[in-house]
Amino acid sequence: MGCPGQGGSPRDPWRGGSGGVGNSQSEVHGWAGGASRAFPTLMEVDLEERLHELDLRSDSDVPDVPPPTDSTPEILKRALSGLSARWKNWWIRGILTLAMISVFFLIIYLGSFMLMLLVLSIQVKCYHEIITIGYRVYHSYDLPWFRSLSWYFLLCVNYFFYGETVADYFATFVQRREQLQFLIRYHRFISFALYLTGFCMFVLSLVKKHYRLQFYMFAWTHVTLLITVTQSHLVIQNLFEGMIWFLVPISSVICNDITAYIFGFFFGRTPLIKLSPKKTWEGFIGGFFSTVVFGFIFSYFLAQHQYFVCPVEYNSETNRFVTECEPSELFQMKKYSVPPLLQAALGWETVNMYPFQMHSIALSTFASLIGPFGGFFASGFKRAFKIKDFADTIPGHGGIMDRFDCQYLMATFVHVYITSFIRGPNPSKLLKQLLILQPEQQLSVYKTLKSHLVEKGILQPSLRG
Amino acid sequence: MYFFPVHQVSPVAREDGWESESENKLDAETASDSESRSEFGGSAPVPTSDDTPEVLNRALSNLSSRWKNWWVRGILTLAMITFFFIIIYLGPMVLMTIVMCVQIKCFHEIITIGYNVYHSYDLPWFRTLSWYFLLCVNYFFYGETVTDYFFTLVQREEPLRILSKYHRFISFALYLTGFCMFVLSLVKKHYRLQFYMFGWTHVTLLIVVTQSHLIIHNLFEGMIWFIVPISCVICNDIMAYMFGFFFGRTPLIKLSPKKTWEGFIGGFFATVLFGLLLSYVMSGYRCFTCPVEFNNDTNSFTVDCEPSELFQLQEYNIPLVLQSVVGWKTVRMYPFQIHSIALSTFASLIGPFGGFFASGFKRAFKIKDFANTIPGHGGIMDRFDCQYLMATFVNVYIASFIRGPNPSKLIQQFLTLRPDQQLHIFNTLKAHLVDKGMLGSLEDA
Repeated sequence: MGCPGQGGSPRDPWRGGSGGVGNSQSEVHGWAGGASRAFPTLMEVDLEERLHELDLRSDSDVPDVPPPTDSTPEILKRALSGLSARWKNWWIRGILTLAMISVFFLIIYLGSFMLMLLVLSIQVKCYHEIITIGYRVYHSYDLPWFRSLSWYFLLCVNYFFYGETVADYFATFVQRREQLQFLIRYHRFISFALYLTGFCMFVLSLVKKHYRLQFYMFAWTHVTLLITVTQSHLVIQNLFEGMIWFLVPISSVICNDITAYIFGFFFGRTPLIKLSPKKTWEGFIGGFFSTVVFGFIFSYFLAQHQYFVCPVEYNSETNRFVTECEPSELFQMKKYSVPPLLQAALGWETVNMYPFQMHSIALSTFASLIGPFGGFFASGFKRAFKIKDFADTIPGHGGIMDRFDCQYLMATFVHVYITSFIRGPNPSKLLKQLLILQPEQQLSVYKTLKSHLVEKGILQPSLRG
Repeated sequence: MYFFPVHQVSPVAREDGWESESENKLDAETASDSESRSEFGGSAPVPTSDDTPEVLNRALSNLSSRWKNWWVRGILTLAMITFFFIIIYLGPMVLMTIVMCVQIKCFHEIITIGYNVYHSYDLPWFRTLSWYFLLCVNYFFYGETVTDYFFTLVQREEPLRILSKYHRFISFALYLTGFCMFVLSLVKKHYRLQFYMFGWTHVTLLIVVTQSHLIIHNLFEGMIWFIVPISCVICNDIMAYMFGFFFGRTPLIKLSPKKTWEGFIGGFFATVLFGLLLSYVMSGYRCFTCPVEFNNDTNSFTVDCEPSELFQLQEYNIPLVLQSVVGWKTVRMYPFQIHSIALSTFASLIGPFGGFFASGFKRAFKIKDFANTIPGHGGIMDRFDCQYLMATFVNVYIASFIRGPNPSKLIQQFLTLRPDQQLHIFNTLKAHLVDKGMLGSLEDA
């Protein structure tokens, strides 16, 4: 793979085979992973002090990470050996972009379950990348237990979230099995107990000389969990609303990336922000308009197919996910009057549109205007810790985090948007809570509901149904 | 005022207070420590300001400094406990306000430590951003809680209704503004520091703000769910200290060298007993056992209800083993007392881990106390470090074992669904009730 430090060996990756960058400063960070313990007396001085020095120096004093190894596959290298380096890089990026987009389409075709798995794998990989960076920054390979604890916390938090969301959607499946019912009923308690175990293990693993490091890594783990795991679960919840709520936001962000790059390439002149010197205002604005147009057109196509529009449901008889329903109002064509201003320009008086396309404008706007801040945040992070890319997983592009940094804010936004403007509370969750009530309470609720439904004419009082 | 963290170089924290400043200088590692300190400009040890009020100082001036410290701690402990009782007497609204103040103070203490550790006073915007994030997260949590408990009040007032309907969106927009301001405030030479402080702020918010809101949730369940856990933690602290003082011999954990196994176990039994007694006394009063509700007509909080099963005396058979010891065949107890055993057990066995975590944190960042707010005790965080795990545990316990969801809230949510969804839920519920035999036959209304 070529990602420094991914193998988990105790050797300090900075002093590995990849060049002697930063060797003169190796004595300062003398204790690292066992490669050189040349200054035992220095080690006995409080290691916290060394770390403190590291913290307080200005960024320029921190040694650089050596350039990542080139992980481009051999095939591509041979095919492109004739071109100059600049075009070669362009071609590699282009080919990999197309490859990623094709994988994306393939997974969509394969269905919701595969998408969920994909989201889960991406989450785990992103988590791994960020934790590895933390290890590298703090030379934490030797900390007792820490890798196990980080992965354990990831497991706990995932268990908690999956239990909360997935259990709602699989309600009928769960009802049939006794053990699962027990797990669901006491889910919060079990998750909390699991988390507490990890917490107590952390406290017991505190070692005298490494307190500060251990606390840093603990905090690093938790912030990473907060970012990657919560967002990935919001993505999955959006997915269950209907695949269109998953596809349109992600495509808008990708489109914004690409079109902003292209506009910047051809017309770019005024720099946008000091953090990312390559971004320009022309690219930003051009990307905004093209993304809105793209989102508009793309939603038009997707809104026609039930496969994308219907909420994902789990059919307990066939044990599969089904997306079949009566499309909601949002996905039914409506006539809109074109405002007089545009009437003159377009020549139409009314236009047939899906209401969803209006929402897609909001989503695309967010993707173009606020999404890039996620990218700037990641750029600042990379500069702060002197890394060029999060990892080297994708040739030409960097790590998975590099591709997904703008998506995170988007996922939360879409989720908040849906809960605020589109749907009310989740019916399956409501049902689950109803079934937990005491029988007497259930009966009284049943009576109230029945009278309400009869009043509204939804339920015929004489029919048994 | 807070003392600038004097670097306590010996890992063995002297928890019996500052003897004298000169003693610090005799420690072996002081030389290298203060040297490296002065390297970074300006963090030479500052003498601790003695925060004890003058009154106490004069009253205790005759005693030796060790006993003086004991007395100061003792008096302040009594003062805090009295204060606690007064607040309980004043009612839920005041309690909520106090919880809010404690939360803000804890946040402030931890952030100040971060500033001191990183000398971050000069970071642009950072203080403002930290307080802004605190405001956002509080707004989000209070909005969610208020919407649930003050439902009718909110529905009446138009501006409140809109705020509550789009609550999540508004909170998210506020948070995003802070996030974007952070990104725009990144300065070239200080990226790493700024990211550290960002991380520090968020972890602090996670710890401090979520726990304080869980405490308020517990409070709304009934004041007994607020008072018993907090008292158990306090009791465990005091009892473990006393048992340790009189019988302590085997050290418990390297992190806190003063804690002993004897104190730990003695504290455990004493706390369970204390919990049983306290719950017995409190279960008799409605003002403690009833859920706090907001009365729309009087616009105030009321605690009036029919006590639930949990708070009605029941006969329990004593297991045979204890029968011979105690001499009774049955005993009248409140079911809540059984729960109080669970709460006390957690407070004694797991609660201390919160304290060890805080001790480790203080050692990691070389501070003796979080701040110097309470004379003899340290900062507010020092008093509340064990409470945090407790608050979450009580909340999870209640949600899992005590109450189910609130039926009226469920009905409200039901009414906002679409008709076809309503029908689907109704039919499923009906099938479930028929299954259970609650609905006699299909003809039964």
